[in-house]
Amino acid sequence: MLNLKRVSKNYKIGDTVINALDHVSLKVEEKEFVAIMGPSGSGKSTFLQVASMLAEPSAGEIFLNGVEVSSYNEIQRARLRNKQIGFIFQSFNLLARTSALENVMMPLFYAGIKTDSNYAMDKAKEMLERVGLGDRLYNTPAQLSGGQQQRVAIARALINDPTLIFADEPTGNLDSKSGEDIKKILKELNKEGKTIIMVTHEEDVAEIAKRQIVFKDGKVLSDHKS
Amino acid sequence: MKISAIFKLALKSILLNKSRSFLTMLGVIIGVGSVVLLTSIGTGLQAYVTDQFASLGTNILYVVPGNPFGEKGGFGGQQSVIERTKPVLKRRYFNSVIRNNRDLIKDGVFTTATVTGAKYGKITKTVTLYGVTSSYESVYNTQANKGRWFTSSEEEKSERVALLGPKIAEELFGQIDPVNKTILLNGQSYTILGVLKEKGGGFGGPSFDSYVYLPAETIFKYFDTEFIDSFIFEVRNKEQIKDAKLAIEKTIGKELKDDEFTVFDQTQLLSTINSILGMLTVGLGGISAISLVVGGIGIMNIMLVSVTERTREIGLRKALGATPNLILAQFLIEAALLSVIGGLIGLLIAYLGSLALQAYFPAKVTIQAVILAFGVSTIVGLIFGVAPAKKAAKLSPIEALRYE
Repeated sequence: MLNLKRVSKNYKIGDTVINALDHVSLKVEEKEFVAIMGPSGSGKSTFLQVASMLAEPSAGEIFLNGVEVSSYNEIQRARLRNKQIGFIFQSFNLLARTSALENVMMPLFYAGIKTDSNYAMDKAKEMLERVGLGDRLYNTPAQLSGGQQQRVAIARALINDPTLIFADEPTGNLDSKSGEDIKKILKELNKEGKTIIMVTHEEDVAEIAKRQIVFKDGKVLSDHKS
Repeated sequence: MKISAIFKLALKSILLNKSRSFLTMLGVIIGVGSVVLLTSIGTGLQAYVTDQFASLGTNILYVVPGNPFGEKGGFGGQQSVIERTKPVLKRRYFNSVIRNNRDLIKDGVFTTATVTGAKYGKITKTVTLYGVTSSYESVYNTQANKGRWFTSSEEEKSERVALLGPKIAEELFGQIDPVNKTILLNGQSYTILGVLKEKGGGFGGPSFDSYVYLPAETIFKYFDTEFIDSFIFEVRNKEQIKDAKLAIEKTIGKELKDDEFTVFDQTQLLSTINSILGMLTVGLGGISAISLVVGGIGIMNIMLVSVTERTREIGLRKALGATPNLILAQFLIEAALLSVIGGLIGLLIAYLGSLALQAYFPAKVTIQAVILAFGVSTIVGLIFGVAPAKKAAKLSPIEALRYE
């Protein structure tokens, strides 16, 4: 499903060029649950940005469902992210003073669906019920706990039925109890057939994935399935 | 994508920060309010002046010494200042115009004026004596409300008779009926024949209502003057105005040089006044437009702050599928909405202000002023919204998401 062929990403800081990703080739199949690990500066975050179409690769090719997407321009990438990719961030990134329902609807808005339509309302409610927040539809982030906020973010990632979900340290800002809830939800989503790529540096979080890839110095150090 | 959806988004974020949005709008509110209010005063004045002229009649031609419209004379009412040294207009010119152009000119008046003290009982006033001929009544459509006009025989005999404008009548006589009473003008007694009906006019300055009307011959005889200020001719019908003007110029031109007198009609006078008032309106509007620009800068300032403050939101929107153009539209529309809402509030304030002014002053909010203010405030919002919106659209989603 996701296929990276010799993908590199270079940053220039002053005169020095940093190879954050160095000719990485990697395949992720449908319904896989992949944990990306590695020390900071290993390139795991850069991998997530490039693979999720947030950033353009400096070299190499990326195929999504057999379509070459690495040469897409900014607008094409925005549309691709909207339709095919779900994002779960470490710091939730919900809009303040905006209800859970409206936060969840945001990807629908950019997909061109009227957010005051019954379809959008029903869909957003369904997603929130799925993460166990059916009774918190109109709460704003300030009225929700960290774990609840992250569940809203997961509902938002699911609303456009993406083919791929990227999670960047999804439990990083949570206490262990809330972290367990999120881990459970991610496991369930994978069981239901969602493909998930998750960046984490915590061993116990990585263990819920069926495949662990370790990055070092912009290269894949190890890749094994459990 | 649906612009209306972006509108809702922009409106929502304006409402999310109500007090800040209002303070941002304040500049535009003041700008639009003052532009519309000041131009409404200007156009109101123009309408008022036009009205006043229409009430004086439209088939009237004036002859005055010198050239009040030219560079030398300077426009200053019905007479030119520089020609005061010797009498220019003479009664025989007036008579020959009337005699030679019976087909074009129905009637005429010649006028003179002087200032003196008037006394009735214990009340003394300084008044303008307006010396006219008895034909003034019909030419200017100025009937006596009480009493009667003087006759041409009273005029020929230079009798000491007078009519009062309603305002001066009230000032001198109060509730008493002035007809057949005697007043002292320059120490000599005059019989009041009548009081004229109200004409209005004269912003602050003397109006027709506060003049004392005497036969011109009486003024020449008792007040040591022989100046005729103007000839006023009533043309038989409006279409003949041009012909009559040429005929008068020809007749008087036999006696005087071209630059010693001017023949003009109401429209000429009116257009001169209107061009002055128009200029005034534009000038006032222009000065207040500066505050509109200041308001625009205020909007730009707040939008720039807002873009910085909402960097993470922008990054998130982009990550979730917002294209740069959609982000641009969102912030641009937000700036324009701030400006337009401010403009509408300013318009409302200006309208209420003009209503309040109407008691003292002829203010008039015109459709043009409304459209102009609305258009300008929209454009101000768009222009000053471009820089912040572009900044927002250019943000990279990764950088923006990382921003703390």
